[in-house]
Amino acid sequence: MATLEIRDLHVTVEADNAEKEILKGVDLTVKQGETHAIMGPNGSGKSTLAYSLAGHPKYTITGGSVTLDGEDVLEMSVDERARAGLFLAMQYPVEVPGVSVSNFLRTSATAVRGEAPKLRTWVKEVKEAMERLNMDPSFAERNVNEGFSGGEKKRHEILQLELLKPKVAILDETDSGLDVDALRIVSEGVNRVRETGEVGTLLITHYTRILRYIKPDYVHVFSAGRIVESGGAELADKLENEGYEAYTKGGASE
Amino acid sequence: MAEAQNIPVGSTTAGQIAVAAESTVATRMSAPPSFDVADFPVPHGREEEWRFTPLERLRGLHDGTAAATGDGVKVTVEAPAGVVVETVGRDDARLGKAGTPVDRVAAQAYSAFEKAGVVTVPKETVLTEPIRIAVHGEGGIAYGHQVIELGAFAEAVVVIDHTGDAVLAANVDYVLGDGAKLTVVSVQDWDDKAVHVGQHNALIGRDAGFKSFVVTFGGDLVRLHPRVAYAGTGGEAELFGLYFTDAGQHQEHRLLVDHNTPHCKSNVAYKGALQGDDAHAVWIGDVLIEAKAEGTDTYEMNRNLVLTDGARVDSVPNLEIETGEIVGAGHASATGRFDDEQLFYLMARGIPEHEARRLVVRGFFAELVQQIGVDDIEERLLVKIDEELEATV
Repeated sequence: MATLEIRDLHVTVEADNAEKEILKGVDLTVKQGETHAIMGPNGSGKSTLAYSLAGHPKYTITGGSVTLDGEDVLEMSVDERARAGLFLAMQYPVEVPGVSVSNFLRTSATAVRGEAPKLRTWVKEVKEAMERLNMDPSFAERNVNEGFSGGEKKRHEILQLELLKPKVAILDETDSGLDVDALRIVSEGVNRVRETGEVGTLLITHYTRILRYIKPDYVHVFSAGRIVESGGAELADKLENEGYEAYTKGGASE
Repeated sequence: MAEAQNIPVGSTTAGQIAVAAESTVATRMSAPPSFDVADFPVPHGREEEWRFTPLERLRGLHDGTAAATGDGVKVTVEAPAGVVVETVGRDDARLGKAGTPVDRVAAQAYSAFEKAGVVTVPKETVLTEPIRIAVHGEGGIAYGHQVIELGAFAEAVVVIDHTGDAVLAANVDYVLGDGAKLTVVSVQDWDDKAVHVGQHNALIGRDAGFKSFVVTFGGDLVRLHPRVAYAGTGGEAELFGLYFTDAGQHQEHRLLVDHNTPHCKSNVAYKGALQGDDAHAVWIGDVLIEAKAEGTDTYEMNRNLVLTDGARVDSVPNLEIETGEIVGAGHASATGRFDDEQLFYLMARGIPEHEARRLVVRGFFAELVQQIGVDDIEERLLVKIDEELEATV
C-alpha cells in the first residue's frame, strides 16, 4: 500500500534577500485510500507544503524527510516525483501557449505510464473523462490553460488527476474561485478517483465548503508552518463554527 | 530575462500606426532605391535601416571592402521538365524587374554579381514537383542574383536551400504573372560563421498568389529583406517566417508589403525562438497602404519565444495607412518567455525537462511548419528544431 511520509519538514523561501522559514516541522502520513484535509488561515504555509512536495525550485528544504513507499522524494526531480506517483492539482495552473491540451495530456500520460497509451483506447478514455467533467470536446484543441476560466482550469486539473491515476494527490485549494456548480463537478471528479481506493488524497483548503462534497477521513489544522491539531471530520465542523481564531490568536503566526 | 530585452515579457507591442501624407517607410531610408551601390553612403550604424545590425560582423559587405572570391557559393538548380533554367549576364532585361535595392548591401550585391540565375516557369505550366535551388557556401565571398519568373497561370513550388559557409550578398526577384501561384521556401541552414544579406522582391500579378516561407536557423549574421508589391488587382501575399536564434547569432528579417494597388491582400506571420547569450533576433514589419489601394486587406504578426536568459528581440511592426477605404488592417507583436513556471507545470505532470522544452517549441512553430506543404522540408525543420534544442545552451 502506497504511503507518503512527511517527517519534521522544514522549508524556507527567499524573500527580500533573506531566507524565511515557512514550514517549521511538518509531520504527516498519508496512506493510499485515505483523505486528509489540511485547513488553515491564509499565510499558514499550506500551499508551501503542496509546492515543496511537488519540488518547486522556489522552495528550499532545510530539514526533515519525505518518502513515498520508502523512496526519498526530496532526492527526485520534479518530473521523477510525478512519475513516482505524486500529483499536485495547482491553485493557479500555468498557461502553456502553443501546446494543445490533447498533446499535453498524451505526453504526460506517456511519461507517467512509461509507454504511449494506445491511440484508440486513449481517445475514448479522454473523451469519457471530459464528458464526466462537463467539458466540451473542443477543449482538447485549446492551448493548455490559455484563456481558460477559473472553473475550466480546475476541471482541467481534475481531468489530469483522473487520467494520470497517481498514488498520492495533493489538491491545492482546488475549491477556491469556484461557484457551487463547478465545485460539485470538480468534487465528483475527485470522489471518482478516491472511490478506486488507490489514491491517498491531501486536500488543502481554506474553506470548509468543499468538505460537504469530499468527506475527509482526517482533518489537520495548519498554522504558522506546522500542523497544530489533528482530528476526524468533526474537526472541520468546529472550524466551520469557530474559525481559525483559536489557532492564530497569540500564536507564532506573523 | 535579458536586461537588454526591449520588449517586456508577455507584453504586446503596440508598434505604430501612422497616417501620413508622406510615406515614412520610404523617407526614413538613408537614400532612395537604386541599383548602383555608389548611390548609397557607407552606413555608420545609426541609420534607421542599420541600427539593429552589427556592421562589424558584415565582413565588409557594407563598405566595399569585401571583394568576391572564386570559392564563394556553388549554386545547383534541380527543376522538373518544362522549367527553363538559365545563367545570364548582367545585361539581361529580366533582371531587377521585381524591385530596386533599398540599402547599400542590396545595391552592392546588384552592382557586383557577374552572372545571374533565371528560372522560368512558362505560362499555364503547373508543376507537381518542387524546383530546388541549392546554394552551398564554399568558404569565400560571393555576390549573386536570382530571378524566378512564373508566366500567367503557372503554378510552382521553389525551395532555395542555403548551406555551408560563405559571406554572401544576393538578391532574389520573384515575378508572378497574372493568376500565377508561387510558393517559395527559403531555408537559411548555414554553418555558424556564415554571413548572408539579401533583398527578396516579389512582384505579384493580377489575381496571383505568392506564398513565402523564410526559415532561418544558421549563420553568424543573416539579414533578409523580403518585399512585396502588386502589379494588378486581386493579388495575394502570404509571408511566413520561422527563425531559431542561438547564442551569438544575429538574425534579422525586415519586411515590407507595399499595397500600391487596390483590392489586394497580405498576411504576414513570423515566429522565432531564441536561446543562449547574445542571441539577437530583429523583426521589422512595414506595411504601407497607399492612397490608391482601396479595398486592401492586411494583417501582420510577429511572435517570439525566449527560451533562456541572455537573448534579445527587437520587434517593430509598422502599419502606414493612407486611405480609410480598406477591408482591414491589423498588426500584433508579442514576445513571451518559456519560463520556470511553465517548465514546472509540465514537469509536475511527469514530462522530463528536455521533452517539455521540445513540446513547447514544436507547438509554437507547428502551425507554420504544417503550412509549408513540402514533406521533406517540414520533416527537416522538425529535426532541425530538435537539434537546436539539444545543443548546449
